[in-house]
Formats: sequence, C-alpha cells, structure tokens
Amino acid sequence: MPKTPPKKDIRKLDMGSLGRVIKLLFKYYPVMMPVVIVCIVLSAAVSSIPAIFQQRIIALITKHLGSAEYLAGDYAAAWNNAKGEIFKVIIILGALYIISIILITLYTQLMAYITQGYLSKLRIEMFGGMQNLPIKYFDQNKHGDIMSYYTNDIDTLRQLISQSLPHLVQSFIIVMTVFFIMIYYSVWMTLLILLGVVFMFYVSKKMGGGSAKFFIRQQASIAKTEGFAQEMMNGQKVIKVFCHEDKVQEEFDKVNNELYEDSRRAHAYANGLGPIIINIGNVLYVLAALIGGLLIVLKAPNLSLSGMAFNISILVPFLNMTKQFTGNINQVSQQLNSIIMALAGSKRIFELIDQKPEEDSGKVTLVNAIIDEDGNITESKTHTGKWAWKHPHGDGTLTYTELKGDVQMVDVDFSYVEGKQVLYDVSVYANPGQKVAFVGATGAGKTTITNLINRFYDIEDGKIRYDGININKIKKADLRRSLGLVLQETNLFTGTVMENIRYGNLDATDEECIEAARMVGAHGFISHLPDGYNTMLSNNGSNFSQGQRQLLSIARAAVANPPVMIMDEATSSIDTRTESIVQRGMDKLMEGRTVFVIAHRLSTVMNSDVIMVLEKGRIIERGNHEQLIEKKGTYYQLYTGAFELE
Amino acid sequence: MLKKFLKCVREYKKPTYLTLIFITTEVVIEAIIPFITARLVNGIQSGIEMSTILKTGAILFVMALSSLACGGIAGMTSANAAAGFAKNVRHDVFEKIQKFSFYNIDKFSTSSLVTRLTTDITNVQTAYMMLIRIAVRAPLMLIFSIVMAYIMGGALAGTFVFVIPFLVFGLLIIAKYAMPAFRRVFKKYDKLNESIEENVRAMRVVKGFAREDFEKKKFNAAAEDIRNDFTRAERIVALNNPIMQFCIYFNMIFVMAVGSYIIIGHKSGINVGELSSMLTYGFQILIQLMMLSMIYVMLTMSAEAMKRIVEVLDEEPTVTDPENPIAEVKDGSVTFKNVSFKYSHRAKEYALCNIDFDIPSGATVGILGGTGSGKTALVSLIPRLYDVEEGEVLVGGENVKNYKKHDLREAVAMVLQKNLLFSGTIAENLRWGNENATDEELAAACKMACADEFINSFPDGYNTYIEQGGTNVSGGQKQRLCIARALLKRPKILILDDSTSAVDTKTDAKIRESFKKYIPDTTKIVIAQRVSSVMESDIIIILDGGAVVGMGKHDELLKTNEIYKEMYTQQTNGGEQDA
Repeated sequence: MPKTPPKKDIRKLDMGSLGRVIKLLFKYYPVMMPVVIVCIVLSAAVSSIPAIFQQRIIALITKHLGSAEYLAGDYAAAWNNAKGEIFKVIIILGALYIISIILITLYTQLMAYITQGYLSKLRIEMFGGMQNLPIKYFDQNKHGDIMSYYTNDIDTLRQLISQSLPHLVQSFIIVMTVFFIMIYYSVWMTLLILLGVVFMFYVSKKMGGGSAKFFIRQQASIAKTEGFAQEMMNGQKVIKVFCHEDKVQEEFDKVNNELYEDSRRAHAYANGLGPIIINIGNVLYVLAALIGGLLIVLKAPNLSLSGMAFNISILVPFLNMTKQFTGNINQVSQQLNSIIMALAGSKRIFELIDQKPEEDSGKVTLVNAIIDEDGNITESKTHTGKWAWKHPHGDGTLTYTELKGDVQMVDVDFSYVEGKQVLYDVSVYANPGQKVAFVGATGAGKTTITNLINRFYDIEDGKIRYDGININKIKKADLRRSLGLVLQETNLFTGTVMENIRYGNLDATDEECIEAARMVGAHGFISHLPDGYNTMLSNNGSNFSQGQRQLLSIARAAVANPPVMIMDEATSSIDTRTESIVQRGMDKLMEGRTVFVIAHRLSTVMNSDVIMVLEKGRIIERGNHEQLIEKKGTYYQLYTGAFELE
Repeated sequence: MLKKFLKCVREYKKPTYLTLIFITTEVVIEAIIPFITARLVNGIQSGIEMSTILKTGAILFVMALSSLACGGIAGMTSANAAAGFAKNVRHDVFEKIQKFSFYNIDKFSTSSLVTRLTTDITNVQTAYMMLIRIAVRAPLMLIFSIVMAYIMGGALAGTFVFVIPFLVFGLLIIAKYAMPAFRRVFKKYDKLNESIEENVRAMRVVKGFAREDFEKKKFNAAAEDIRNDFTRAERIVALNNPIMQFCIYFNMIFVMAVGSYIIIGHKSGINVGELSSMLTYGFQILIQLMMLSMIYVMLTMSAEAMKRIVEVLDEEPTVTDPENPIAEVKDGSVTFKNVSFKYSHRAKEYALCNIDFDIPSGATVGILGGTGSGKTALVSLIPRLYDVEEGEVLVGGENVKNYKKHDLREAVAMVLQKNLLFSGTIAENLRWGNENATDEELAAACKMACADEFINSFPDGYNTYIEQGGTNVSGGQKQRLCIARALLKRPKILILDDSTSAVDTKTDAKIRESFKKYIPDTTKIVIAQRVSSVMESDIIIILDGGAVVGMGKHDELLKTNEIYKEMYTQQTNGGEQDA
C-alpha cells in the first residue's frame, strides 16, 4: 500500500503559507505594521471598555435616585448634585473615544496603503520571478493556470489583508478585554457566557466545514460550466451549421443544474451560519438576563475579581457585553471562508515565487567590437555594427572572438521528460551565411533542435558550439540576442507598430525601425494605416491580418540584426497568395545570415543549402534539394505529394 | 433592465417570497427582544415575583428560538431562490445565444460570452441574494428599531436625528467618490492582467530577444500605477470605519448623558432598563445603515454585470424563420440573383457586389480567390448564415428566406474554414451529422472522406476520445473528420470552405473522386487555395474584391482569366506543393 502523508502535515503546510504572508507583511512594512497593530489593539481595547463606564453611570444613577432631593421630589436639585459626577465619567469616556477614532482613522488609512503596496510588491515579485523561469515552465503549465495566480489568488490576499487580518486581531482583543471585564464583575456569569461561546464555536466549525465543502464543489461546478460554455461558444458556428442548438441547450441545462445544486447548498450553509450565531447570541442574552435577574432576586453570593456584589448596575453592562462578545464571534465566523480561500491562494502564489529560475552560468558576453585589417579585435563602447564574444578566462585574461554565426551541433541527445528521448545523435553543421532547413512530421523534433540552440532547453549529451564556443559558456541573454526568432505564432505586444518593431533592438532609432520595415516589405501596408507607425496594436494585433502580423514580427527580427536567424513555421498559417509577400520579406532578412528554417511547405525550404529530413528524432536524410530528389527517399515522396506530413 | 431579470425568477418566486416572509418575521422578533428584555431588567430592579421573571424568560427564549428558525429557513430559501434565479438567467442567456445568427455571433467575442455566462451571472446571483435578504432586513430593522426607540426612549431617540443624517451623508459621499475610483481601477486592473497574459503567451519572444528586464520594468511601472489608484480608492472606502465608529460613540455618550439627566432630573421619565435597550437599538440602527450602504455599493457594482448580460438578452437574432415556410428543399440547385452583401449594415464596404450565377443541381463548383476576396461570404449565404443586403439567393428554386432555417441547413451541409471537433469520441462527433447513423453509415462516410484508415489505426477506433478543440488529432485528420461529419447529413448541397488545406494532394484527389462516385447528385461547392483541388470542376468561379471576375471551366479560364492563369502557373511550374 502506498504511504500517504499524514493529514496533519498538509494542514501545517497551509498554515505555513499564512505565516509567510504575515512575515512578508512585516518585512515590507517593518515600521508601519507595528504601528497598525498598536492602533488596532488600543482602539479595540477602548471600544470594549464602555461596559465599565456604563456600570459606573448606572451605579451613579441608582445612587442619586435614592438621594434625599430625588425622594423629596426636587428633581432639578437632584440632577444638579449628580451632574458633576456623571459628566466626569462621560468626559473621560468622550476623551477615550476621540483617541480611539484617531487611532481607527490612522490604522484604516495605513492598512489601505499597506494592502495595496503589499499586493503590488508581491505582484512585482511574482512577475519578476516569472520572467526568470525557464521556457519549460511555460510549456508545462497552462496559460490559464498561470494567469489565475495574478487574478484569483492575489484577490484572495486582498480580502485577507485588508479585512480578515485586522478583524481577527480586533475581535481577539475585544473578546479578551471583554472577558477580563466580565471576570472583574462576575465569574459565574462569565462561565455562562463562555459556555455559550464554546457552543458557538462548535456550531461554526460544523457549519463552516459543510459550507467549505460545498463551496469547493461549487467552484468545481463553475469551472465545469465555464469549460462547457467555452467550448460551445467557440463552436457556435458549427452548432448552427448542424442545427444542433436544442441538443447543446439540453446538455448545458444539465451542467447548469449541477451548478445550481452545489451553489444552493453552499450558500444555504453560509447563510445559515450568521443567523444561527446571532440567535445563539440572543438566547445567551436572554439567559444572561434571566440568570442575572435570579442572582439579584435571590441575592446569591457573587464571585468576582472586583469583589462587588451582583446588582443591576452590573447586569446591564453585562447584557451589552454579551452582545459584543457574540457579535465579534459572528464577525470572525464570517471571515472563515475568506481565510480558507486565502490559505489556498497564498500557497499557490508562493509556489510560483519559489519556482527555480533558469540557471545561467555563462561568462562569455557579446560586445561591440572594432576589427582591424589584421583581424585584431578590440572592444568598443559604442555601436560599431560589428560584434564579438568577450571571453574571460580563469587566469584573468580576456580573449575576443568575432561573432560570425557559425553553429555546430555534434551528436546531440535530448529528452523533455526523462526516459522519453526525442532527439538521437543529431549533428548539424551550419557555416556562416548558410541556410539549413528541417523537414519532418509534427513531433519529429524540428522545433526541439532550435529550442536547444537558444538554450530554451539544455542538451543531455553531445555538444553545441557557436563560433567555436560551447554555448553553455555564453551568457543566455547574449546568446539569444545573437539569434533572431520568427515563430509561427506571431506574438505582438500592446503598443504602437513602432514600439513593436523596436522590440528587436531597444536602441534602434525611428529611422532604423522604418528601414527594417522597408527591407522586409512591411512599410507599404504600415504607411497605409490611418496612424502609420503610430497605429496601436491591441489584443495581440487582432486588428491586423495574419500576414501583416507576420511581416511585423519579421521586421522586429530584422531590426535586431542578428547573425543567426531561426524561422519556425513562419509562413504556415498564411494563405499562399499572402505567403509570397511574406516570403519576399523573409528572403531579404535571410540574406547573408546563418538561417535555420522549419517549414511545412517545401517551397519555403527548397533553396536551402542543406535540408535535413527528420523522423522520430533522427536525421534520416540530408543534402540539398537536387541531391534529395535524386535519392528518391522520403523527401522525394513529400515533394511529389505521395506522402503526407501530419 | 430590472424587469428583464425579474422575468427570470419564474419558479423561484416561491422561495423568494418565503425568504421575504421569514426575514420579516425574524426582524420583528429580533426587534421586540430588547423591548421585552428591558421590561425584565426593570422588573428585576423593582423586585417582581419569581414566576413573572421565569415566564418572561421563557417567552424570550421561545422568541430567540423562533428567530433562529426563521433566520435558518430564510438562509436556505434565499440560497435556493438566488441559485435558481441564476440558473434561469444562465439558461436564458445560453438559449438566446443559440438563437443568434452569425451576424450576432460576430458581434460578441467568445471570451466575453463566457464571462457573461459565468462571472457576471455569479455576481448577479450574489446581488439577488443580498437584495432579498439584507435589502429587506436592513430597512425593516431600521424602521422597527427607530419606532421602538421612540416608544421606549422618547427624547433619547433624539440622538438619531443627528446621527442618522450624518452617517447617511458620510456614506453617500464615500460611495460617490469611491465608486468611480474603483471602476477606474478595475479597468486598469483588467488591462494589467491582459498584459500579463500577453507576456505569458509571448514568453518565447521575450526570452528569444532577451527582453526579461525590459518586460519587468514595463510591468513594474504598470503595477505602481495601479497601486496608486487602488490605494486612493481604498483609502476613501476606509473612511467609513471611523465615521461609523464616530456615530456609535456619539450615540453612546448622548444616551448616557441625556439618559441620566432624564432619569434623575424628572419624575416619570425612562428607567435604567430602557437606557440599556436604547444602547442596543442605537447599535442596531447604525449597523443596518452600514448594511444599506454596503448593498448600495454592491448593487451598483453588479449593475455593470447586469448591463452586460442584458446586452445579450436584448440582442435581436437577425436571421428569422418565415411565417409560412416551404417544407422541403427540392434539389441542390443554387442561384444568385444580383446579390450584394456586407457583414454589417453599418460597414462601408461591401463584401460581395452584384453576384449573379446559376449552379445546376449535382454540379461540382470550385471557388478561387485571395484572402478577403469574399469566398467565405459567398458560400455563407447559401445556408443563410447571413442575409443578403440586396438581391436574392435561391436554393432548390426558392428564396432561402422562404425555408425554415432548420430545414434549409439540414439540406445544405457546410464544412467551415475554422472548423472544430467537440470533446467526445470520434463516433459522437460524427453523429452530429446524423444522430441515428448506424456504425456502418459512419464507416461509409469516413471512407468517402478518406478518414477510415487513420481512425482504424487508433487503438480505440471510432471510440477514440477527441480532446477539446480536437488537439489530439492532426490538422489533416481533423479536416477529414469534419468532412465525414458533414457527409453524414446526406445533404443536397455540400460546401467545403478550404477544408482540405492540410490534407496532402493525393488524398485530396481521392476525396474528390469518391464524391464523384458516391454522391453524384449532391451539389458540391469547394473553396480552395490549390488550383489542383478545383481544376476538374464543372464550374470554377474566380472572385476578386467581392466580385466575380471569371467563371467557367479550367480550359476556358486558363485562356481568358489572368488571375487564374497566374495562380495556375505559379502553383504548378514553381513546384508549389504542400508537404
């Protein structure tokens, strides 16, 4: 039987993430947080002491009701006598209240500031950490799941920090103070109320557990409905074409009904909790009044810290304290769901933050270089149009190697998941300026090869050398800067056309960007846009056609001006007429560079210097177009249409 | 807007009313409890009999229990009413979407429809529950408490004359400033999340260009901006706490000061028990006001969600059935009479202009043209996915508007360019074409579409499970399954909108051959990128810029039509073969 870890450990872990939330809170705000806590504690204490003043006032009233003046019917005189004492009490109370309001204003304002600051810092830390994660992480996790860290999970913390935590501290303090005041007046009555409170806790635990269970089920139901709706909304046109509307509606109603059931149960529990606690409070209130009354009537001996006898001046504040007590417990119980959700949310957030970042032990960097006639290389601070690899050695010396774009892969093995090898003994030699093409079915390993060259993934066995340098020694950012990338999926960013082109080289001037666009043939359509280069792209450039988007991404690569280009299925989602335009842009871009091309359409790769046919992770044929046709192998079959790539 | 929603309550009126009744009862009881307690306290003070004390105690106990019962039941009925209401709204919205025409569908994005069906409706559900629970409870409680306070306290209740307007005014001001601030923040927040999504999606580009630090800087600026706005909004809202506390404190002091004056300074004023109850009532009144302000904020926030839902419910389906429809589509002939079309009435440019042609039943028609030439628009008019702007489209000799949509689309099978399979087995997907198709019929259709081979190579054959969106079959396989699915309808007209683009040329030819052999009477209309796919058609239509620029057989067009000639030579001589 497999050993399952004891449940206790899991729960501990959850509480751990809550602890970490709080620890971070103090780390980010080492001064403000203690101030807030002092404010909360003081104001909570102040708001729980009116019971004492009430008792004083009522005692004073009772005393003066027995005064000679009052009994004689001279009420004005009675009041005049009482006035001084009573106002003294009230003025002290008023002063305390003013302090309390100042404290409350201070800490609520501070908390608003802290909450948002905290979330912002956390968001920045999450995002920053995420930028440093390896591509593997993004390949393995659904984008929707990653997004939910930033939306759902962060939102649970907002509720926790701005509401639940202050409430918890406040309620705890109030309950403690009230408890001591109660003992001060009467132990017996306190015991009675404690009994009620224990009962309340019991009920909230039971009900809270039930509600948590159904809330989780409701969450799952919502996800299911969302998934179903997502699929159907996507296929709405197919549904119409097949007249399947009624059928789909039927299925939707089924899912919808499940959601209704779970949602009804979850809320029934949650709604019930409030009234139940409040009414247990009411019963307690009545019991307190009753038993207190009996104690007074029966003149039972009182046990208390103050040693006072039990009388009406104690009973009245006691009743109010009962309300206060139960009211606070109700408040805490209302925060339960939000605390449970925050526990889950913070756990996930820390999972993201704790992800291991991409490792980079590369020391070789890319620098601007001046190369003299003899081939001597010196480093330059300014842009020279020439680049060199700067190679620091263990003995402190520096050597420079010119950046040429020579890429050699020797006997490379690779697997994404251990035990499932995807590349076997792959060797590729690309001399500067050569065009190397990869052809093969989906899953044959074409994209994998390019993933290895720019070190999105690291090889298992074999060697990859770039201009003779092992790529593991090159700083990743510099390695990637020297490799241009055009992918099938054109990912553009919100911003202007100009900003999107400049993404390739942040130092490029407007003129350089326009020149790049002109070179790849994008200038024509851009200048026809209403705002030209200042036209805004939104939503991944959905206001542009696929071909236009691809041209922009080619221009982006062009402005980077790298010696090596990787083109991964850059034209496969474009129709053949548009392709010829894009192809011209790509041809321009490829001139004089080392290029790796992956393509579905053979027309794109035919003029390559070397074509590699890949099958199941192995190179099965290599040569140029003519050689491969002559061979009459797989490539030939592909070319004649006798064979299909999937 | 509200009326539209109230219609969705339907069978959940009963739990809604029950909720209202139970909550009212609960409130009445809860309001009376302090009143009776006050009498008990006074009784004790003035030394009444033991039995009276016990009797009053028993009454109070029963009242608390009934209040608990009412509250519990109301909790359940309200949960039921709200969840049921949400269910109905969801049903209605989904139903409405099913009635949408393509024009309506184009107007809404998929993700926005999904949000409306889920998050927005959940918000409305919460609002509805709040409404029937607290929106009834709070004002009732408020009124009862004020009335009771006056009955008991008389002059003491004067405190509320000051406190209530002050609180209401304060809360309104907060709401007035906070709400637009929040709305602004949430919009920015959505934008921030969109940009994160963009970043995640484009991670290969970010890393490829080594732009991690650039992205971080961009994000930090956006995050700081939001933090400032958010803090401002939250600080406004945070003010309600001190305002509330101020009112509670003021109430306390007022009741104590004036109360003791009235008690001592007058003969038959109020008494100590009433003083204590006044404090309770005061507390209750203020809490209720707070609740009301919360509801106010909640409702205005959910108003946005409601607006978005109503947008869907209010959308008028543009393609509607005629009153006296013609029962059957006679044959597969298609005629376009001077047809002009644009995707939206407001669009400036026509997608199709003055199209005229005749296709006899059973013919094979090829349509060629570049992106945006109107190929898809043209074929979409045949099953009446859109209505024409001018002219008329005839199918089987009758205007398509004279058929019921359902009957017309049963006769016209269309394989869409952006086609997709649904999660479920292959057989289930195929039966979309015909629910009652036998296994043999499925196999026959798949054979025709050249899908039988690969299906049989799967270990589970026709029971192979297709993932959502058909991600576990290749593009070419998906296209062939979609063709088989359409064939199962046994249509009179079969339209393929670029449906074999991912299929190799040999298989493509095989599919065309089997069409010729097995469904000779069906009119076949094929849009293609490859000239070879349509070369042998009876009629080839060349579209350019929404107009027919050439029509005829291969040989004629090769001589007369420049575009056709160019495409043909480019694709054959240039070796433009798809792998």
